[in-house]
Amino acid sequence: MTTSTNGVNVQALLDAREALKGAPEAAQFTWRASAKWQSGVHSQIKVQSFFGLGAEQSHKEEWSFEADHPEVFAAEDNGITPIEYLIVGLASCLTGGIASVAENRGIKLHSVESVVEGGHDIRGILGADSDVRNGYNDIKVTFHIDADASREDIEALVAQSQKRSAVYDALTNPTNVIVEVA
Amino acid sequence: MVIGAGHAGLAASHFLSARSIDHVVLERGEVANSWRRERWDSLRLLTPNWQSRLPGQRYEGPDPDGYMTMGEVTQFIGRFAAASRAPVRTGTTVTSLRRTDDGYHVTTDQGDVGCRAVVIASGACNRPAVPPFAAAVPGSVEQLTPFDYRDPAKLPDGGVLVVGASATGVQLAAELQRSGRPVTLSVGEHVRLPRTYRGRDVLWWMDASGVWDQRYDELDDLTRARRLPSPQLVGTPERATLDLNALTAMGVELIGRWAAVRDGRALFSGGLRNMFSLADLKMRRLLDTFDDWAREQGPGDMAEVGPAERFAPTGVPASTRLQIDLASGEFRAIVWATGFRPDYRWLDVPVVDAKGQLRHEGGAVASPGLYALGLPVLRRRKSSFICGIEDDAREVIDHLTRHLAGGL
Repeated sequence: MTTSTNGVNVQALLDAREALKGAPEAAQFTWRASAKWQSGVHSQIKVQSFFGLGAEQSHKEEWSFEADHPEVFAAEDNGITPIEYLIVGLASCLTGGIASVAENRGIKLHSVESVVEGGHDIRGILGADSDVRNGYNDIKVTFHIDADASREDIEALVAQSQKRSAVYDALTNPTNVIVEVA
Repeated sequence: MVIGAGHAGLAASHFLSARSIDHVVLERGEVANSWRRERWDSLRLLTPNWQSRLPGQRYEGPDPDGYMTMGEVTQFIGRFAAASRAPVRTGTTVTSLRRTDDGYHVTTDQGDVGCRAVVIASGACNRPAVPPFAAAVPGSVEQLTPFDYRDPAKLPDGGVLVVGASATGVQLAAELQRSGRPVTLSVGEHVRLPRTYRGRDVLWWMDASGVWDQRYDELDDLTRARRLPSPQLVGTPERATLDLNALTAMGVELIGRWAAVRDGRALFSGGLRNMFSLADLKMRRLLDTFDDWAREQGPGDMAEVGPAERFAPTGVPASTRLQIDLASGEFRAIVWATGFRPDYRWLDVPVVDAKGQLRHEGGAVASPGLYALGLPVLRRRKSSFICGIEDDAREVIDHLTRHLAGGL
């Protein structure tokens, strides 16, 4: 592909797909976040290094995130709540996926906007009702997309981006999680 | 040497005989063995009778729009074997195939044979594939594969969890639900098709519009095309559609793809809605292809075809379960309709990839003089259907003939 439609270097992604087919070990990535308790339920999370393509890698700079609870939870609201970070991840993953799939299909995007709503019954985390789960009960993402494509082609973009989304998979399928004290 | 006396091996034999190439067909059981022994009782072909064609043989019975039972398929293939005087050695199991300086050495339970070329026609569905977490299912739940299944009476009374929504999964889910056992169907990626479209069998459209003739070297994503699950079709006298909406109407519960077992609980994906969207979109695109093709035909050719149709999207259940306690007694049995794999454990030539599939280019395996037939999208989309074997077998045997003549 010589000219980019949406600014995604899809050729690099296709090349990587071919290269990694024969080198599964290079495809093994480890993403890292380091969190530090501040006070109350406020913590600060830093992200810079990760491992991939057989070597240590780094973002161009260190990114820092604040997590806290809102004032209705009797906290100081120094940042968004941890469970909101999940929908931040989902929205950005699906949006990036839509841009990539559109690029690959030669569809010009004019705007892609979405609203993510996660339904959460907080009686679970409060221990008020043992039948209520701690996490989201359901998550709804609504996209508004303006593109040079039919509604059906746009629906296909959104479906394909879910099919190839890391965060969508992480939220819809169980993941083995190990938490230990070093 | 041809390995396997199913429709593929016999078609290879037909073209070898036509070229006066001396050969034998080795068969572990009887002619059409898998059709006789590895299918459930109610199964009928997915293709209508008029589409059942083998080289020099077509359906001549009274019901061209019907679908053959397994007994009829066995007879149809048996008739072809007799008509083409295929040199079949039944009851001969190949235990090893090795490369030699000038060809191959075949070891069987009836002795050894040397040959210059081999056609592997042992099928694509030799072993049911079952996910590793099946081992974590409590022993109180009976587990079956489609090879174990014959009819509902084989299962205990009580709930059945059918895993997989290809042709096998939807057919067994429907049959078990009708038997009075409440069925839950775990649905991953699937291929939705109506049984008839615009008054014709949907496979008539696949054939007539040229979709089935798309060649392996013309497809965007051949790996994906070869891995595609079988479409949600069933061959019944009523020509009924058996998609997920039909199953829901029967009372079958739909749940997401089975992802894991943890502490005796089955965990299912929450991504079911997108599985529906993908299948609905792909079906609509295929029907568009048919309509586009129909428009290009002369009005006379399409006179008997009905108007374009669009089908309701797959209905999303109000809520879907994400977990099932396998020890609760709700489910007495699990049927793994999670696909099949070929079995090449006897093949001592390094031509099988990490996923257990044969490495080949349109049936020419990556070892000189070694060929394959009867695998999905071997040379074209119709390759794994009975009517698809004639073109493939002719071309593969052409290649083999040139190889024997020293031209390759």
